[in-house]
Amino acid sequence: MACKGANMEFFLQLLVNGLSVGLLYGLSALGFVMIFKSSSVLNFAHGELLTIGAFLFLVLVTWARLPIPFAFLITLIGCFTLGFIVERLFLRPLIGESLIYVIMLTVGLASMFKGLLLFVFGGNLHTYPDFLPEGLAIHFGAIYVPPVYVASSIIGIIFLLLFGLFFKYSPQGIYMRSVADNQTASLSLGVHVKKVFALSWAIAALVAGMSGIVLGIINGTNVHEISAIGLKVFPVVILGGLDSIGGAIIGGIIIGLLETFTGGYISPSLRDVIPYIVLVFILLVKPYGLFGLVEIERV
Amino acid sequence: MRKLQFHPCGNFNERYEQELAIFETDFGRVWLWIGLFVLFAVIPVISGPYMLYVLNMIGIASIAAIGLNILIGFTGQISLGHGAFLGVGAYSGAILAISLGFPFWLAVPAAGIITAMVGMVFGIPSVRLKGLYLTIATLAGQFIIEYDLVHWEGLTRGTMGIILPTATIFGMELDSDRSFFYVIYICLVCIALIAVNIMRTKYGRAFIAIRDNDRAAEGMGIPIFYYKLLSFGISSFYAGIAGAIWAFYMISITTEPFTLGLSIEYIAIVIIGGLGSIPGAIYGAIFITGLNEILRWATDIFMNMGISTGFGLNLAALREFVFGLVIVLFILFEPKGLAEVWRIIRSNFRLWPFSY
Repeated sequence: MACKGANMEFFLQLLVNGLSVGLLYGLSALGFVMIFKSSSVLNFAHGELLTIGAFLFLVLVTWARLPIPFAFLITLIGCFTLGFIVERLFLRPLIGESLIYVIMLTVGLASMFKGLLLFVFGGNLHTYPDFLPEGLAIHFGAIYVPPVYVASSIIGIIFLLLFGLFFKYSPQGIYMRSVADNQTASLSLGVHVKKVFALSWAIAALVAGMSGIVLGIINGTNVHEISAIGLKVFPVVILGGLDSIGGAIIGGIIIGLLETFTGGYISPSLRDVIPYIVLVFILLVKPYGLFGLVEIERV
Repeated sequence: MRKLQFHPCGNFNERYEQELAIFETDFGRVWLWIGLFVLFAVIPVISGPYMLYVLNMIGIASIAAIGLNILIGFTGQISLGHGAFLGVGAYSGAILAISLGFPFWLAVPAAGIITAMVGMVFGIPSVRLKGLYLTIATLAGQFIIEYDLVHWEGLTRGTMGIILPTATIFGMELDSDRSFFYVIYICLVCIALIAVNIMRTKYGRAFIAIRDNDRAAEGMGIPIFYYKLLSFGISSFYAGIAGAIWAFYMISITTEPFTLGLSIEYIAIVIIGGLGSIPGAIYGAIFITGLNEILRWATDIFMNMGISTGFGLNLAALREFVFGLVIVLFILFEPKGLAEVWRIIRSNFRLWPFSY
């Protein structure tokens, strides 16, 4: 019986770990989906946007010694501005260009950002000072959920609600949805498409910055590790549907669970590649994901 | 002997064969022969071992880049798995040579065929997918192959790597950079010739039709899935050849180089050289390999100037930055690549002094 209890506990611990890792993936994928949703750009530099957020926060907290909420706010504003600048400088000239140029531009941007970050911070691990109250932790029998995960779930849920409302009711959100739906039609109806693109990049960078901070709190900030999460985003968003924000969260949770269970029960080395194997199958069976909009192509 | 024709003053083509001709005038043909003579008779004699090494790497990169250009530039299927296919080629060449005792001249084409098959398997998602979905599928292919190379230890010896025997061809040992130079560049010339000619046949025209509008191509009776698979096959065949030659040239191979970074480097080569241009792939290979060597050289100089080694480590980061910057600048300012730059320079010369 004891053995069975231990098994059960192992299972539950994996479940909790998977859920929290998955939530992080979902959170990281949010910004990615926002960019895709409004401008159909596949952003390979997303991991680097996460990293920039994490390191901006690090600089503000440990070197400038600002109070935490203030630093958080400044990081978000900084990321917002950065997204705006990136769109203005690099993406705008490419509106209407073919897919490969857009993809390779974001790949080039990723390489540039990563190079700069490595140049300034090196490849070492940096950590934030501990600032989350221990009271946030949840003890559930023998299962322990650290405060970071609780905080990140709360942040994730708040942001999800905010974005849901934003897209549903605010004029800018409605413009963004209309551009995503049909660029030409919304242009002819008087939507300022360029402004919408700029705004969506700015918001996406803001969300990415926030996710980067959460990732940094949990694992510490390391340029290589956080930017690698930018590639994990692909299975997540394909599973959830490239243009569905709720799908990103659910896809993230599924991929997170899949990873931890594969790592726990089958083999730890398979853990990193299993999302991609699943990705190929999803693409073959249901390319638009669980909640994605099916594109109908007319000749 | 007919009169050599050097300078057309307009487009006077009367037959389709003239439109399809590789050289518009004899000018290009004469320069090609001069170029080949310089390449094979002059360059290996005057270059030192380091220069030959760089030239060999350029040759290998060109072979793989021509393959990728057929897939991306001519068929319009963006693949992020080319680096992994190069790895498959290198490992199949190495394993064939070690386990089955294949000689060099047989191991290289065999590796190409194996890689072509693997490439076609990873091209299967193109039945249903296109555009960015296909790109993501090839990204997954890259990670899956990378994982297999590292973890299929019975076959690939994992991270230990494989040491190859010295390559021999017609009884001669290929043990110097110079002998490899001849092998690599003869391969490159043949392969470039084949690629140019594939593009002039119905296969090439079908590829281009699929790139320009796959629905319309299907409507005109081109079986697009068959041609997409064929394109994946040809492209990975080239990658396999390049990988196998690389393995024999390097003597020992590990899984380390065949990452997503290599795939991205090859796409960069193709874009910087010029999409949909066979000579462009070669210009791109020269540019990127040259850039890599210059940056490495600069790093070495800074290291030797006595600045701390930590700074040297950061220079590797700077290298990544420069690489990204070059890609971004090319896409923003000359998206058609070096082939287009070369065309503009050439037509400026031809039309001088009335360039417009």
